[in-house]
Amino acid sequence: MKKKLSLLSTATVIATMMAGAAFAQERVVNVYNWSDYIDESIVQDFTKETGIKVVYDVFDSNELLETKLLAGGSGYDVVVPTGNFLARQIQAGVFQKLDKSKLPNLANMWDVVSERTAKYDPGNEYSINYMWGTVGIGYNQKKVQEALGIDKIDSWDVVFNPEKLAKLADCGVYILDSPTDIIPTTFKYLGIDTESTSPEDIAKAEEALLKIRPYVRKFHSSEYINALANGDICLAIGWSGDVFQARDRAAEADQGVIVDYVIPSEGAEMWFDQLAIPADAKNIEEAHEFLNYMMKPEVAAKATNYIYFPNGNKASQAFIDKEIIDDPAIYPDEATLAKLFTVSPYDPKTQRLITRSWTKVVTGQ
Amino acid sequence: MAEATASLSSAAQPAAPSFGDRMFQALTSRLVIIVPYLWLLLFFLIPFVIVFRISLSQTAIAMPPYTPVFSLQDGLAAFFDQLRELNFDNYVWLTEDPLYFNAYVSSVWIAAVSTFFALLVGYPVAYGMARAPAAWRPTLLMLVILPFWTSFLIRVYAWMGILKPEGLLNQLLLSLNVIDTPLLIMNTHTAIFIGIVYSYLPFMILPLYSALEKMDYSLIEAAQDLGCTPISAFWKITFPLSLPGVIAGCMLVFIPAVGEFVIPDLLGGSQTLMIGKTLWNEFFANRDWPVSSAVAVILLLLLIVPIMIFQFAQARAQEQGR
Repeated sequence: MKKKLSLLSTATVIATMMAGAAFAQERVVNVYNWSDYIDESIVQDFTKETGIKVVYDVFDSNELLETKLLAGGSGYDVVVPTGNFLARQIQAGVFQKLDKSKLPNLANMWDVVSERTAKYDPGNEYSINYMWGTVGIGYNQKKVQEALGIDKIDSWDVVFNPEKLAKLADCGVYILDSPTDIIPTTFKYLGIDTESTSPEDIAKAEEALLKIRPYVRKFHSSEYINALANGDICLAIGWSGDVFQARDRAAEADQGVIVDYVIPSEGAEMWFDQLAIPADAKNIEEAHEFLNYMMKPEVAAKATNYIYFPNGNKASQAFIDKEIIDDPAIYPDEATLAKLFTVSPYDPKTQRLITRSWTKVVTGQ
Repeated sequence: MAEATASLSSAAQPAAPSFGDRMFQALTSRLVIIVPYLWLLLFFLIPFVIVFRISLSQTAIAMPPYTPVFSLQDGLAAFFDQLRELNFDNYVWLTEDPLYFNAYVSSVWIAAVSTFFALLVGYPVAYGMARAPAAWRPTLLMLVILPFWTSFLIRVYAWMGILKPEGLLNQLLLSLNVIDTPLLIMNTHTAIFIGIVYSYLPFMILPLYSALEKMDYSLIEAAQDLGCTPISAFWKITFPLSLPGVIAGCMLVFIPAVGEFVIPDLLGGSQTLMIGKTLWNEFFANRDWPVSSAVAVILLLLLIVPIMIFQFAQARAQEQGR
């Protein structure tokens, strides 16, 4: 929260500074990114280097971004949707194709990531990768050790086996309130194809989730960061970077809470946040310059060093801190990488089915 | 007709001093009525018509995500073609899944319980304020309004800090040895009730206070002179006279509480089913703007129809009373 506030105030300072120096033609780029998702000095450096003023604004859910984009006239020149949202938005005609002649730094990108993002954006015509991550288990080492007698979690069994989760219920379990992440993850544990859209499979996932429902304190997509950090809960299914944030906050607070993150051995979902330019963007030239700047190896590395998310920039890896690049929970090794799966966007009918199943799991209705 | 002749005759006699004045008065009194109507039209009726229109469309993967989209450029023929595409399928859909009905019922129930407790807490506060020395009243009123100076969201977050298992309330009760295990209030219905009652309490107190303050307290003295105990005087005199304030306060709390989304999301558990969350799911998770619009239209009707019936009944009662 503090970080977010200082970020916003910096953006305002930049804005007023630039407004003061506004000469004849002021070049601007309006960026809409996730909250707590950039080292603010990157934005300042970009302005220093190119003279383009950055109006930086933040959001906290894909749904919010999508609604703004679909309503049209969002006023943003660069936005950062997640892969499966991006795919549907491309179909709806929200984005414009990138002018790759203006993006020479595309050569720096990492094929391991680009070939996976092509699933959402065929040929990577509309977007470039900013960051990616996984959906795994964040947990309080000491409390899990006390409840289950194990030092490390390595399997989804801890979550999906009702007997095991029951032992953790008292100290608190959170799960992401995000059916499009949790249902495919449940499929993975049940050995069902993670891309399945069949009503029978969804019903099986629902049944498995209903069995563990009594032991889940809450389904929520952001509260678990603080809850883990404060030691209020002992386990959460969450997004990798968020859990690392909780880990750092716990370490800073120094109250004896040690948070760890694991990509379970069965495999986990891999997601991608993509930079893209809306079709109705006004400052297309500046947006391309911003994208190209973000793909500079030093810049991409700086971003990752600050937010602990892996990026899709191969050349940047030489500049990334050793503790990050060598941490298999952040940059998974080859074997783990092979086990990660991606999820395609759902058609409206399947989406409705999944939301309905999810409501039943979450509320019992 | 009589008016027309009158104005004609007065127009024929420009010397008549009252004409201009009367016109001006008529105009201003009209204007005074027109302003609230314009407000209603602009900020209630037009948005409602737009939402209602979307509720008759179908979803599409497009910008905006529904069809048909009416555009003035297409001409009149296209407009009527598109008009025929509208239908009530989304409303039929709402009846096919018990989810929506249950969500409505549970929202109304949560709002009703919260309103009851807000009245229970708000009435004594308002009564005390109204009976306080006149010099204190502005300060007391100020204190009721004061919480509005802080963001609503931050105040709800503060309640999270109070109610959570390691929160202030549990620490206090544990240290006083009232309880030996922390109470689990956070993420339950109780937490939602506390949140709603706390947040909406000023809306209950203010109309109650204004009704009680205007009351003539010599009536109570008269009742007591005639042999009423203080309690029966309260029920026979004070409460009936404050009834308009009670009703206004209950409406002001109940109506926004039915559609409440933030408090159940932050303080309530996941198991709480409320119409606000259902609407959110339809709009954001399913990207189904038409169905979510239908949910919103029904919610509005559910709230407005009882209010209109109530107002109608009240107007009738007043007429009969005369």
